[in-house]
Amino acid sequence: MGLIGLAILTFFALMAIFGPYLVSISTLTVDGVTKVMHPPTEGFWLGTDDLGKDIFAGVIIGSRVSLLVGVAATAISMIIGTTIGIVSGFYGKATDALLMRFTDVFLVIPWLPLMLVMAALLGPSLGNIIFVIGITSWAGTARIIRSQTLSVKERPYVERARAIGSGDTHIMFYHILPNVFPLIFANTVLVAAVAILSETTLSFLGMGDPTQVTWGMMLHFAFAMGAVSFGAWWWLLPPGICVVLVVLSFTFIGYALDEVLNPKLRRRDQ
Amino acid sequence: MTLLAVENLTTYYKLKEGYVRACENISLQLKQGEALGLVGESASGKTTAALSLVKLLPDNAHVMSGSIRINGKEIAGTTEEELRRIRWKEIAIIFQGAMNALNPVRRIGDQIVEALRIHEKITDKEACRRTAELFEKVEIDPDRVREYPHEFSGGMRQRAMIAMAIACNPKIVIGDEPTTALDVMVQAQVLQLLEQLRRERQMGMILITHDLSVVGETCDRVAVMYAGKIVETGPTEKVFDEPAHPYTRALIAAFPNIEGERYLASSIPGNPPNLLYPPSGCRFNERCLHAYARCREEEPLFTLLSSGHCASCHLLEGRVRI
Repeated sequence: MGLIGLAILTFFALMAIFGPYLVSISTLTVDGVTKVMHPPTEGFWLGTDDLGKDIFAGVIIGSRVSLLVGVAATAISMIIGTTIGIVSGFYGKATDALLMRFTDVFLVIPWLPLMLVMAALLGPSLGNIIFVIGITSWAGTARIIRSQTLSVKERPYVERARAIGSGDTHIMFYHILPNVFPLIFANTVLVAAVAILSETTLSFLGMGDPTQVTWGMMLHFAFAMGAVSFGAWWWLLPPGICVVLVVLSFTFIGYALDEVLNPKLRRRDQ
Repeated sequence: MTLLAVENLTTYYKLKEGYVRACENISLQLKQGEALGLVGESASGKTTAALSLVKLLPDNAHVMSGSIRINGKEIAGTTEEELRRIRWKEIAIIFQGAMNALNPVRRIGDQIVEALRIHEKITDKEACRRTAELFEKVEIDPDRVREYPHEFSGGMRQRAMIAMAIACNPKIVIGDEPTTALDVMVQAQVLQLLEQLRRERQMGMILITHDLSVVGETCDRVAVMYAGKIVETGPTEKVFDEPAHPYTRALIAAFPNIEGERYLASSIPGNPPNLLYPPSGCRFNERCLHAYARCREEEPLFTLLSSGHCASCHLLEGRVRI
């Protein structure tokens, strides 16, 4: 299952990196005289939209921004989540209580309205979208990392590190961080899936950057221009399927990693 | 010259139910180049006493009172910042089960370099060179500095820990059961190595163990602990040949002898007391064969038996008291 996920993800990653060089940008420019809202045909494999732009080119170019947002937002989320988790678990007591209540707040706030409000306040730009997704998705990571830190900090080598005169920061990032890394890794993949989905959601709801082509924006315009009532399935389906496949691939990889790294899920016959 | 002088060190663990009196009124002296054995059964407070010296205790432990002087300098009550400088530079520790005291995801060499660079302003290259030297010193192939702990055998890991312990030329090394999890041959190697290093570098060494044979082989002096208190202390031969405290006698009798007749070593009946509610009077009174009324009421003081040899037991009354 993990391999299937990896294969799909590799396909999309290659598409994001090399795809834009293969399709000509010109097909994305408005060429609305002859072929508007045209079903798939030769030359336009996935048809065109209301302005005569090629859907196939859009899907390929959109993959780049969609994946970029996913990766960047995940990076922000992981850095915040890991730092809060390790600090909280390591110091315990009041620090822990304070940071974990703060985390709880982020955990229970319905993330979609929060994201919408923040995105609306900050204005539609790619950077803001990444920022908003990043700071709304770290809470789960922080919790998981905290619980692992609680266990790791009691290991003898942490005591030894203290005995050789190491300071707290050194112990946290030199000794504890590498030992919680497998969990960070497994979590990254799952958060990335959510981040990409969030980007699509925000864009679809009109909070995305209108100057960028992403799968979410394509869906947004398709919906806004009445692709559904027009019966233009070739406009709605391709970006939708791409989002589903990417999210699915991340989830597959995430579960496969979890099975390898989480001793509770390890099967006996291995 | 007295390297380390501990006086009336008292450390309690705080629990919901009250204080666990893990270590009470411990007094120790350690001269340069001297090895002191700290013996006693499990949970007698040996490790607590040793780790109290550099405050490497769990959060709920409190050093209640006492003075700890290294070369005449008082270190009890110093700040965490100062303690960090003292740790490893002055007092290094070889941990109980050293195999777990190495971080599994870091190279062994890097972990020694880490210790060096915390305390000395040297370049990475210099630290690596010294690490290789240390490896040679403990008879490990210096080419193996880049290996991970799981690639080492138990004995090698223990030797790597010793290399780490002597990295910053500490004045005092505390060995917290350094040979417990090793087989006898490796045990002998490790002890020999420690002996050799101690003589070479004139380090003071505190060896915490429950293995009396280890103490007999390596230590100049021995302190016997029972239920958080030192009950007898003196030169090793003296204590082993003429044990004065009933607990010391029982402990020595409980140790099997490889030669001579086959018999099951006598154990001490009963269990050590719960240190949350230690018994009044002498803490050994519940298990002592010679206990009488006074032992349950009054705490015995130390009686000086011969030069440097003293024990705390009412039965020794009448001799010179200190």
